Amino acid sequence: MVRKTEKANPESSGTGTEFAASIRKKQFRFSDWFAEKVIKTIAFLSITIVALIFVFVFRETLPLFKINQEQSTAVANGEVPAGDLVPETYSPGEPEIPEELKPETYGVEPVDLYVPDVESNMQDTDDQYAGSESMPVEGRAVSTLLSRDWLPVSDNPRYGLLPLFLGTLKVTLIALLFAAPIAILAALYTALFAPRKLREFIKPAVELLAGIPSVVIGFFALMVLASFFQDLFGYSSRLNGFVGGFAMALAAIPVIYTLTEDALSAVPKTYLEASLGLGASLRQTAFKVILPAATPGIFAAILLGIGRVFGETMIALMATGNAALISLNPFDSVRTLSATIGAEMAEVVFGDTHYSVLFLIGSLLFIFTFILNALAEFYFRNRLIRRFQGK
Amino acid sequence: MNRTTKDTLMKSLTGVSVLLILFVIVSILTITFIGGWRYLTWEFITEFPKEGMTKGGIFPAIVGTALMTLIMTVAAVPFGAITAVYLAEYASEKSILAKTIRFAVKTLAVVPSIIFGLFGLGFFIKFVGLHLDNFLYGGELHWGQPNILWASLTMALLTLPIVIVSVEESIRTVPYETREGSLALGATKWQTIRKVVLPGSITGILTGTILAISRGAGEVAPILFTGAAYYLADTPHALSDQFMSLGYHIYIMSTQSTNVDDTLPIQFATTLVLLLLTFSLSMVAVVLRYRIRKKSASQ
Repeated sequence: MVRKTEKANPESSGTGTEFAASIRKKQFRFSDWFAEKVIKTIAFLSITIVALIFVFVFRETLPLFKINQEQSTAVANGEVPAGDLVPETYSPGEPEIPEELKPETYGVEPVDLYVPDVESNMQDTDDQYAGSESMPVEGRAVSTLLSRDWLPVSDNPRYGLLPLFLGTLKVTLIALLFAAPIAILAALYTALFAPRKLREFIKPAVELLAGIPSVVIGFFALMVLASFFQDLFGYSSRLNGFVGGFAMALAAIPVIYTLTEDALSAVPKTYLEASLGLGASLRQTAFKVILPAATPGIFAAILLGIGRVFGETMIALMATGNAALISLNPFDSVRTLSATIGAEMAEVVFGDTHYSVLFLIGSLLFIFTFILNALAEFYFRNRLIRRFQGK
Repeated sequence: MNRTTKDTLMKSLTGVSVLLILFVIVSILTITFIGGWRYLTWEFITEFPKEGMTKGGIFPAIVGTALMTLIMTVAAVPFGAITAVYLAEYASEKSILAKTIRFAVKTLAVVPSIIFGLFGLGFFIKFVGLHLDNFLYGGELHWGQPNILWASLTMALLTLPIVIVSVEESIRTVPYETREGSLALGATKWQTIRKVVLPGSITGILTGTILAISRGAGEVAPILFTGAAYYLADTPHALSDQFMSLGYHIYIMSTQSTNVDDTLPIQFATTLVLLLLTFSLSMVAVVLRYRIRKKSASQ
């Protein structure tokens, strides 16, 4: 009889643990005690790893801030005019291209031809800086983080993160526009409309998409999608934000699909039955009852989808064209944050400013995905649970 | 528009989304197959690259990937399985430690793979490696540079959450009665876990291992600067050697090489090899996991 009551409540492992605990009280066994300690220590490793990632990715960015401090002490001593530290001073010499003309220029000329032009512009401004600046090149790195140029290997290196952020944002948005509707609709079909037999086929099949390595998706985008979309839309640069975004959608779809499907299946059956019982059709139930009930879970799914796209490296490296431009045209080449790390880390000198800046980008990516995950986990998941428990 | 047409419309719209996803999977498979199967011969698999990688095979890349995943598995599976045992058997649901571990595992699962690469560089190579060198070789560079050990360990961190999740899932399918039976016969908790629970969840451990291998074989970002090499004349002989990897080979050949068009068949064939490898592995894992879930649903 006792067993039956326990069986009815298999979720709470407490009963078993207590049972085991009551046995353990009777006699102390060293092997058991030792095994538990070892297991606990090893389990603790996951926390340690996350902490270590935090520490060691940040550690390599420290030189940047050190230089910054030395600089500010130098300023305090009156050695360097304070005005030189303001980022704005670096760009006044740069010839401004009128905003509305920019997309057209990129549209007519292939990007490859345009890039040397940009370089020569930069060269001019570099000379101007060389004349007006007396500070060592290293010391200026931090203050160029907010500038508009990502030129880490020029004579006057500038590490403006703005084009990289913009590029990442653009690609993420494009990827999400494709991935979210398709994944959510597909999850709706799987959870509600599909016959039982078909459902057991669809779920593993979509999970197989997650099993395709991102380098293969990148290769597919590079070889097939790029040419296909170029024929379709007739834009000039073959690899661009749109192709990259579309390819990343393929990586994000399984993430969003699986989590959305979980959220939809978690909606209590009584909701469905009540709605159908009141005479609503399956479609009305799906969109007016089940979908709203599962909203927090779907938000969490989308957040994790964003995290997946945001940090995707290989697809970005292979399919986005990797030019750090500031433009809002989806058919321009973009360079994402993660692709920048992937492409440039192999060539930097260790301990260099450039090296530290790449680690800084890594830290930003890490913090961002960490926050996304925490939000999805604590805020949305908790809301979902509370809603279904009627609290 | 009346209600029934709306209903059919919605149903077909959602159905079309599923078809689109399936279509993408099938087209990736077909296009890679069409592009690469002609070149995929026995020689291609067993020969070294020749004439500046424009001819020959991908033998070192296959061996490199295999060795790397092997070391990765040895590192990730025991730690992952033990963490799963802790979460499923020892930790109570309410303990803060267990909650933190769960959150840490979930964080590890969503951290971008390139961050693991940075961590491998900053921790394994620049911290552990250089300190080992200072300690053992008096500063002579030996471990403080990219090699297959650091790459595999980096990859092991990436695949750890995959192992943990699938092992825990399957441990929970071991029926309560079996455990109680074992405890009632006088076995201790550790004996029960070792002799009853773990053998009962062997499918889950297998699934986790296969999924981890499939993921590890395909990931490139974590090994970009922790050990993968563009071209090596030999396969790795020691843990401190660099290695060639299938994924990295595809990336380099399709973006960095000077004659991308000439080597197109090689690229497609390499992609086909990698795809067949990871795809068949995840297919097996999906089937195994499906069986575990069915078992847990039937309880």
